[in-house]
Amino acid sequence: MSSTETTVGSEPGISPAPGGLLGWLDKRFPVMSVWNDHLAQYYAPKNMGFWSFFGSLALVVLVLQIVTGLWLAMSYKPSATEAFASVEYIMRDVNWGWLIRYMHSTGSSFFFILVYLHMFRGLMWGSYKNPRELLWMIGVIIYLAMMATAFFGYLLPWGQMSYWGAQVIVNLFAAVPGIGPDLSTWVRGDFVISDTTLNRFFAFHFLIPFILVALVFLHIVALHTVGSTNPDGIEIKKGPKGNKWSKTAPADGIPFHPYYTVKDIVGLIVFAAIFSLVVFYAPDLGGLFLEPPNFQPADPLKTPEHIAPVWYFTPYYAMLRAVPPIGGSQFPGVVVMFGAIFILFFLPWLDRSPVRSMRYKGVLSKVFLAAFAVSFVVLAYLGLKPSSDLYTLLAQIFTVVYFAYFLLMPIYTKLEKTKPVPERVTS
Amino acid sequence: MDSPPADPKRRRVLIAATSALGAVGVGFVAVPFISSMNPSAKARAAGAPVMADVSKLEPGALLRVKYRGQPIWVVNRTDEMLAALPTMDPKLVDPASEVPQQPEYCQNPTRSINQSKYFVAIGICTHLGCAPTYRPEFAPDDLGKDWKGGWFCPCHGSKFDLAGRVFKGVPAPTNLVIPKHKYVNENTILVGEDEGAA
Repeated sequence: MSSTETTVGSEPGISPAPGGLLGWLDKRFPVMSVWNDHLAQYYAPKNMGFWSFFGSLALVVLVLQIVTGLWLAMSYKPSATEAFASVEYIMRDVNWGWLIRYMHSTGSSFFFILVYLHMFRGLMWGSYKNPRELLWMIGVIIYLAMMATAFFGYLLPWGQMSYWGAQVIVNLFAAVPGIGPDLSTWVRGDFVISDTTLNRFFAFHFLIPFILVALVFLHIVALHTVGSTNPDGIEIKKGPKGNKWSKTAPADGIPFHPYYTVKDIVGLIVFAAIFSLVVFYAPDLGGLFLEPPNFQPADPLKTPEHIAPVWYFTPYYAMLRAVPPIGGSQFPGVVVMFGAIFILFFLPWLDRSPVRSMRYKGVLSKVFLAAFAVSFVVLAYLGLKPSSDLYTLLAQIFTVVYFAYFLLMPIYTKLEKTKPVPERVTS
Repeated sequence: MDSPPADPKRRRVLIAATSALGAVGVGFVAVPFISSMNPSAKARAAGAPVMADVSKLEPGALLRVKYRGQPIWVVNRTDEMLAALPTMDPKLVDPASEVPQQPEYCQNPTRSINQSKYFVAIGICTHLGCAPTYRPEFAPDDLGKDWKGGWFCPCHGSKFDLAGRVFKGVPAPTNLVIPKHKYVNENTILVGEDEGAA
């Protein structure tokens, strides 16, 4: 589109009717400027395609989790003697309880699927690079808060997997040199996972989602400060000005509302269809979303034959198992496992490439990103399986690949030849 | 009213002093909240010693009792099992039990009081706290022909022999923990207390 074709219309958005309710409200609260700044006059790149669905879908699932979670809390009892039975009560006796619970359990898995896709999009588009470092880091904190919520929530059904999963994870803290054993006792509030632990985990599971909402708010404020990026990784704010709606807005931008709100609603409908298929026809998804041992009540005297975390934690679990103890201490494995997540914070400074998007990066970046994605999936698979010599070796290899993506990034992004980035976004 | 000119240096000192005192206050207020998350008096009292009656425990069988919410194993080891223990030494991390994972009176080749056939241990893997599976059989298909009884941890594949000693090359770093215990009489073991024991 050349600038001569551009006809500037009136800016979209709402303006107050003098004396109306909106005018009254707007004098006391910035209704119009919030609506306009973040929706009607927030200009997003016009070429954000398929991969831009997942952020807004994740937000919808967060709301779904909070609503279904609140309804579950109305019938759930966080006590070691009653928890398992209260979940069965929800499933059998509470009106529509089965639906609300399956939406919640399926929702947690889908939340992670969406966030993993959202993060992968960030890696492809270079969304973490200057000036979006803080936006990316808030996102990593959101991911950590999600994992904490999921971990606390997984104990609540008080099944075998709940119990032993929590036992293993809390014992990770015991590997911290010096204070470890006292730290894990402090987290549990007892010498083993007990009623006390369940009670406090329920409290945390209820609290953290609201912190998540606050973090998502910060994430969106940061996004709207620096502006959305796009598959080309081109900064539309730096490009020519003037579009159909505004003389000062970026030429390659379109108002988020109605263009992207409508687009995201289409995505939501497709997502809702897939989500419903799982909720109604395969809520346990072959033992992946709800694990079979969790249909037995927790037994502190007997570990199930094979325990594994839920699938969204298994890549890190595989890394934990892959690292052998050094000097009789488990600590190195724990460091590697947490390091795999914390390294994400440093990504903005590890990437030395002059271009953002994978489209214009060189072959090395593409190969490393592909290897990283494969290692994540393979580690997730290995973390689900019982350990064997072959699997341990594979887990070690793919742990190295996982870290190579990050640690070698300063080198390969410098070495490779990048393609020229066009002035304007491509379609 | 005339206000005296501001003295930025003085102001900084006051801000620093106020902040420091505030931080100390926050520290004091944090104490009850942090302490409140530690085991309650009730949880600590649940650590009362428990009795295990071994009179009906058949050779090779394992008995579980609960102490402090943890599983305690009592195993009646057969002569064949005891004879196999010294042959395991080369495969173990700490065959002589030098790491204090047991009371002094259990630091011996069978890791039991007076080298008794009864083996008492906390049934929690020293890796990450799973309960290892009791595998008393010799040379099962899945554990190999060199297996002479012991425990296999399903979580991460740690292996222990029938004296709770950890194998080399597995994730668990140390031998299984042996709790304080004593014989009240020939057939009764008191777990959690060893005062007045021989």
